[in-house]
Amino acid sequence: MSLQTSLISRASALPKYAATTDLAITPPAREAAGRPRAAAASRDLRSEPGPVRFIIIALAVSFLTIFVVLPLVVVFASAFSKGIIAYFAALAEPEALSAIKLTLLVAAISVALNLVFGVIAAWAIAKFEFRGKTFLITLIDLPFSVSPVISGLVFVLLFGAQGYFGTWLQARDIHILFAVPGIALATIFVTFPFVARSLIPLMQEQGTQEEEAAISLGASGLQTFFRVTLPNIKWGLLYGVLLCNARAMGEFGAVSVVSGHIRGETNTMPLLVEILYNEYQFVASFAIASLLAMLALITLVVKTVLEQRLDEGQTRDDSGDH
Amino acid sequence: MGLTLTWLSVIILIPLAGLFLKTLDLSLAQFWEIITSRRTLNALKISFGLSFAAACVNLVMGTIIVWALVRYRFPGRRLFDAIVDIPFALPTAVAGVALTQLFATKGWLGAPLAELGIKVAFTPIGIFIAMVFIGIPFVVRTVQPVLIDLDPEIEEAAASLGANRWHTIFRVIMPSLTPALLTGFALAFARAVGEYGSVIFIAGNLPNVSEIAPLLIVIRLSEFRYADATAIAVVMLLAAFVIIFAVNRLQRWAQARVPAH
Repeated sequence: MSLQTSLISRASALPKYAATTDLAITPPAREAAGRPRAAAASRDLRSEPGPVRFIIIALAVSFLTIFVVLPLVVVFASAFSKGIIAYFAALAEPEALSAIKLTLLVAAISVALNLVFGVIAAWAIAKFEFRGKTFLITLIDLPFSVSPVISGLVFVLLFGAQGYFGTWLQARDIHILFAVPGIALATIFVTFPFVARSLIPLMQEQGTQEEEAAISLGASGLQTFFRVTLPNIKWGLLYGVLLCNARAMGEFGAVSVVSGHIRGETNTMPLLVEILYNEYQFVASFAIASLLAMLALITLVVKTVLEQRLDEGQTRDDSGDH
Repeated sequence: MGLTLTWLSVIILIPLAGLFLKTLDLSLAQFWEIITSRRTLNALKISFGLSFAAACVNLVMGTIIVWALVRYRFPGRRLFDAIVDIPFALPTAVAGVALTQLFATKGWLGAPLAELGIKVAFTPIGIFIAMVFIGIPFVVRTVQPVLIDLDPEIEEAAASLGANRWHTIFRVIMPSLTPALLTGFALAFARAVGEYGSVIFIAGNLPNVSEIAPLLIVIRLSEFRYADATAIAVVMLLAAFVIIFAVNRLQRWAQARVPAH
């Protein structure tokens, strides 16, 4: 019951999204206010003839519409192609519910762990100088540039039946691969960079002055962290958590390799989308896909809001400095 | 500190080391045999070749989109600016099924294309389309801040010194954007090479024709041919390292070119 109502409230978020973005278009663009230098006189020198302008805008808009907007529209159109009842019936299937539950669980585990260790890693990198720092940064970035399939593969090599710990685990009847721990590990691996990456530039910019002041005034390390550092990085932290969560819920390649696709047990939402699609259950497949697409849209809206907060924080700091 | 390193080791370093250790099980000759077998070679060719083509399209279209978004005012500009991020945010499996549905012979775009005799879904063209979709934000988002920050005075100077608009764009603006453009290109290329979710649905996955390297890894794993899977993964991983290295060099080059303010 509660799930259905939450789904309805999620569905109603869509028109709201459209409304907010419509509103966002009307006020004049931020950059325009930021650069009064580009006065009307210099406009002519820095612009192209009308027809060229028109062609460039038309190309950009039609490319984005065909390649980005249409796929998104197809998701919702296909999900509702047999009507609203079929849509919610598909989502109420036990298989769908278990996939949603598993996805939420895995996302909660990986966001929580990456939050803690992302903050510590960013703290270490931004506030201290030590040897091997570049190596550490490269290591943090690595999951971004590795194919998700390879991210899954490494855990199969470790914990699979032929893997390094495989026999040891089997002897003790511990299941990591084709079970929740494996899915969580692969997701943590893939989403590791998000929190650390969004905090490092922010913390570097803020320097260590405020922390040093707090400590010299007698605050303990933990007090300094919770009273000084954390309030300074809260928007950046939320930003990282937001992106980390979106990726954790949507991860497909890495999870697909370690999940084993046990129906009703180790299928996350993206995996269920695949299975249902391959079984030609298009409405059911796109119903699940539509939930993930809504997650992506909500993530984008919140991200835009957070980016504005981060920008404001920066300009406030700038005006305070000078 | 120590905690971070331990965690990083557990989550990232040990698994990756495991990957390379596993390749050590193979002799060089065995490794070479796997890598140069017809199916592997074709999969690598398809992945790298189509990714390169898609990154080229992204480079051109990305530049056009960035130009329109930064330089012009048109209705819906902010909306389209936000739309650029959708390929980043949309889970790859969702993108995969959506693109397949769109380009299937009965799909909204697939049907008119089929009448023209062009089959997209379940052919290499489908793979290419998915890679273009996934790569477009990389070029736009790397070039956008650079174009916004570009000093309007250099353009004005060029124009007042008698350069026509065409000259100004290609002799003055484009050279300043080159490092960002190349970085965006490299990032889009790297992402397309490793992409799995959005490609496998639309690809058709015919061995030697439309089978990408990441899929071949998955297939080898499901056949329990771990050594084969690992060998292919190592080749892709080395390619990824080369690309990261190139991107870092590009960024250093870009920073060196920007005069200190």
